[in-house]
Amino acid sequence: MLDGFLALYIFMLAAFTGYEIIARVPVILHTPLMSGSNFIHGIVLVGAMIALGHARTPFEMSIGFVGVLLGAGNAAGGYVVTERMLEMFKTSKPGKGSGEAK
Amino acid sequence: MAWLQTLIDACYFLAALLFILGLKRMSSPRTARGGIVWAGYGMLLAVIATLFLPDMENRGLIIGAVLIGVAAAWWSGRRVAMTAMPQMVALYNGMGGGAAAAIGATELISHVGGLAAVNGVVAPNTFPLAPESWSPLHGVATVIAPLSPVALALGVLGALIGSVSFSGSLIAFAKLQGWMDRRFVFPGQRVVNMLVLAAAVVIGVMLAMGHLTLPLIGAFFLLALLFGLLMTLPIGGADMPVVISLYNAFTGLAVAFEGYVLHNEAMIIAGMVVGAAGTLLTQLMAKAMNRSIGNVLFGSFGAASGAAAQEIGGSQKPIEAADAAVMMAYAERVVIVPGYGMAVAQAQHKVWEFAQLLLARGVKVKFAIHPVAGRMPGHMNVLLAEAGVPYDLIVDMEDINPEFPATDVALVIGANDVVNPLAKTDPSSPIYGMPILDVADAKQVIVVKRGKGTGFAGIENALFYADNARMLYGDGQAAAGQLVSELKTLDG
Repeated sequence: MLDGFLALYIFMLAAFTGYEIIARVPVILHTPLMSGSNFIHGIVLVGAMIALGHARTPFEMSIGFVGVLLGAGNAAGGYVVTERMLEMFKTSKPGKGSGEAK
Repeated sequence: MAWLQTLIDACYFLAALLFILGLKRMSSPRTARGGIVWAGYGMLLAVIATLFLPDMENRGLIIGAVLIGVAAAWWSGRRVAMTAMPQMVALYNGMGGGAAAAIGATELISHVGGLAAVNGVVAPNTFPLAPESWSPLHGVATVIAPLSPVALALGVLGALIGSVSFSGSLIAFAKLQGWMDRRFVFPGQRVVNMLVLAAAVVIGVMLAMGHLTLPLIGAFFLLALLFGLLMTLPIGGADMPVVISLYNAFTGLAVAFEGYVLHNEAMIIAGMVVGAAGTLLTQLMAKAMNRSIGNVLFGSFGAASGAAAQEIGGSQKPIEAADAAVMMAYAERVVIVPGYGMAVAQAQHKVWEFAQLLLARGVKVKFAIHPVAGRMPGHMNVLLAEAGVPYDLIVDMEDINPEFPATDVALVIGANDVVNPLAKTDPSSPIYGMPILDVADAKQVIVVKRGKGTGFAGIENALFYADNARMLYGDGQAAAGQLVSELKTLDG
């Protein structure tokens, strides 16, 4: 079970993890990274699915349904956009070959 | 069924791990591509595992909604042009915020009727992970869930943040998409915004204390959505990247809080990581623009510019494409400065073709990128990468600025505010203090621009009136095309 302080520890460690990952990122990747983190909070889809799974009244079910729709949009859209951005970085590589050092 | 729960928990754990590793890989150009794929597998795993959670109902509805949502977003994400990426990120981010708000809403609403359920028949199959066991009303009835007030408070907070992110991101999307006027300002706006936020917070506190009624919940969400709307309306387009990044962090936080309510560790970890990463990213962007986040949100960009703006002397001097092409063909060093205008005109391919012709003639060509050129940091890098420009020709602001005095021609394509010398000289200018690319130091500056209007921030640009600046009027794509053909006739 997630007890008060255990949850607090998770919040804290996750926050530091996020901070550390971004801290050393080159400017060139800021946009793809924003898009990538946008995809990762698409995990909200899982929460929306649980909410809809526990909904009992039609009112709750319709809100849960919209939630799942939106969450699925966040996850899928975030993935496609990020992947398209990063794909370009790949195709540009054979151009001159250098730049890897950066 | 304990093994099933363990398996599902293991899937969530693996998903969280894949998210963190994926994000880590995304922070380096070499591994970035694999990063998103890793994170994608994590997401797939978490979603499939969720379907197998016990005590889930409405599975048909869930699967239907997932399929529709995925199909619509996949289709739109594939179709949209690369230049429209910033607003798509805003849109998908808003959807995430909306989903978090919806989770909060169902939780709150389900507890409205909860009192009757507690007094009557309590479902005995309250699974440890089911949100019912977190119900504050259970706490009231049985006094065994001391955490439930925390869960309720975080649920309300997540709903508030998610709602603000939802309506705010949609406004940001509409603005970047060009569906909306640049800014919307009225007197006393800040007071109104604060009152709306205060009202939402007060109602939120009432909800968190257990006063759960439908009208109160409805009012709470309406006020939260309204605040997101009001907060974003007065923000100018130039500040949009910062705002989108901020809302991205908001959504992450909302997801983490709702994850606590639902007792889902994967949501807590992923949401919190994004919340922290997004906050740092927002700070980096704001810093690149020399603005604080508070200034972006409350400082009404451009409001002071009318006051005591410096008089700009001289006139804009036009140049023909043929002359510009010759000038660059016989130059030794050319620096190309792309901006949002290049993105709008989809000119990146033509620009790279032009640069390649120059390179073939032995001209040293470099691309200089301002940290906030375009609508997002790295926006120009993405576009140039799309056109196939190699990394080693793309230079950051700090590295290129000392080179401008030795540069023969600086070709500015669709960039405006990021090359405006007023940022250095005019304290009354709203962009004063923002680091800029010192293109004015180059021997010649050629500015490709659609017309004589001001830039996105609505600020006059002193560069265009400088003695060494020439204006090549035209759409970025057309102008680059002309330069290419002029260069070819020169060779031919």
